Amino acid sequence: MPETIADDSVGIVETQIIHFSEALVLECGKTLNEYDIAYETYGELNADASNAILICHALSGDQHAAGYHSMDDKKAGWWDSAIGPGKAIDTNRFFVVCINNLGGCKGSSGPNTINPDTGKYWGPDFPIVTVKDWVLCQYRFMQSLNIDHWCAVIGGSLGGMQVLQWTIDYPDLIKYAVVIAAAAKLSAQNIAFNEVARQSIMSDPDFCDGHYLEKNTVPRRGLMLARMLGHITYLSDDAMRDKFGRELREGKLNFGFDVDFQVESYLRYQGRSFVDRFDANTYLLMTKTLDYFDPASAYDDNLALALQRTSAKFLVISFTSDWRFAPERSQEIVKRLLQAEKQVSYIEIEARQGHDAFLIPIPHYMNVFGAYMNNISGTLS
Amino acid sequence: MSQAIEHLQAMEKDGLRADLAIIAQWIKADTKVLDLGCGDGTLLAYLRDQRNVLGYGLEINPFNIEICVERDINVIQANLNNGLKAYFSDNSFDCVIMSQTLQATEQPDLLIEEMLRVGREGIVTFPNMAHWRARLQLGLKGVMPVTKNLPNQWFNTPNVHLCTLNDFEQLCIQHDIQILQRSVVDYSHKRGSLLMNLLPNLLGEIAIYRFRRR
Repeated sequence: MPETIADDSVGIVETQIIHFSEALVLECGKTLNEYDIAYETYGELNADASNAILICHALSGDQHAAGYHSMDDKKAGWWDSAIGPGKAIDTNRFFVVCINNLGGCKGSSGPNTINPDTGKYWGPDFPIVTVKDWVLCQYRFMQSLNIDHWCAVIGGSLGGMQVLQWTIDYPDLIKYAVVIAAAAKLSAQNIAFNEVARQSIMSDPDFCDGHYLEKNTVPRRGLMLARMLGHITYLSDDAMRDKFGRELREGKLNFGFDVDFQVESYLRYQGRSFVDRFDANTYLLMTKTLDYFDPASAYDDNLALALQRTSAKFLVISFTSDWRFAPERSQEIVKRLLQAEKQVSYIEIEARQGHDAFLIPIPHYMNVFGAYMNNISGTLS
Repeated sequence: MSQAIEHLQAMEKDGLRADLAIIAQWIKADTKVLDLGCGDGTLLAYLRDQRNVLGYGLEINPFNIEICVERDINVIQANLNNGLKAYFSDNSFDCVIMSQTLQATEQPDLLIEEMLRVGREGIVTFPNMAHWRARLQLGLKGVMPVTKNLPNQWFNTPNVHLCTLNDFEQLCIQHDIQILQRSVVDYSHKRGSLLMNLLPNLLGEIAIYRFRRR
């Protein structure tokens, strides 16, 4: 709980919702006749609307990227370390927007909201959305704010994938692209982890074929397992060793199947607290969105050809100990950008924290990122 | 970041180093250039601002990379040995530059080949091991040369492949490489005098070559 708000915090913020009544045709062929988008903004839009930045969230993120909802909040927004007055994404200079993606569970239309056609929860019937659908949705959202282009689109992990899609789908509407700890598509191993997560949710008896909300229950064990698995892939071997080693919770072995080691206790805690803040159907949907992402597929499976269309300047960042989206995956993007003769910088940050490093204010990372953003703000009128 | 800004301000006061100034003269306007081991991006920033060059730099030092980003240089964090192979396709640059780095690479001959695979032309600069001061130390004192230009001891030097002007020119012949231009400067990077240009292998401290595939 923040007793006082720090000077470099965006402070108390509020989620807003815009209702869209123009139909949205999705890649899967289905149409959403109307939908809500929940979002937050930080900083002020300048007179010529040239300083707007879109932040794209990752799998378990949402529109609450920075600041606090109230003085009772335990934690700040998920990327508070990078967004705020004087921070890398400086809200004194930029107008920062973050939206809850369609299919999310924090106020935008998604499985845990009511389907206007049936009056019941969407549940498993909410259509599968793709990164391309999200970008289209974000484009419409941009227009609704009377912004005609993004000064920059920035995201990590699944968020970085949205950035890539933006540069390809709307090349003239994005000036700078910051792609962090991402990949141009998932590997078989990435998809395999997602499938185990999905199976653990769907095999929970409380899942009720996805209709759990109508039955007033939640597949707690399944979602908890999915999150525990995910969490292992977000940390590195080193990070786990640093944090827990083989430390015992009660100082001795119990010769049973309950928690012996601290790491077990930590994973259970992470899993349990996730269940309280996330929807299982959204988790299923977003892992599918990840699996389906492959912008090169529309361009003869040629990523360089896809990136040929882009006109943004790129900053690509990876982290040495990230094995979920390892540096090689970022290097592949950089290689294709270079092949397409695009302006790009690539930084590989020395970090022990694994994939999670992209959320951690590592000094070298924040310096490079801040310097890049500083140059961008220098181009503004 | 403040450290990086201080460094930048210091650099701007000093102006462009003489060997870099020579390279800058050799680079045509509106071309595409790759700088291997681009350091703090001084040369690339100069080429962009003065010659409208589209430049990219390869660098491994994190501090240098911060300065490059600060200067709005396209910088790719990679080591030279794998970086060239991993990222760049054949004939994708008008010129590939490597200043004061050749002597510290694992396999200079292969690297020069790689430079000419990626670029139409190459430019290298390196310390001349046959400069009279180095000769004096090895020839008379019988010790490995330690000069202002080569400040390290034999056991801690990163310069594992030192050479002379004659050595480099010999390598070019063996690899069918045509030397297009040569220049020498001294350590303070003053332009070569008439005498220095008459006896470059004896009096030149730093050699600068522009070359292409014959």
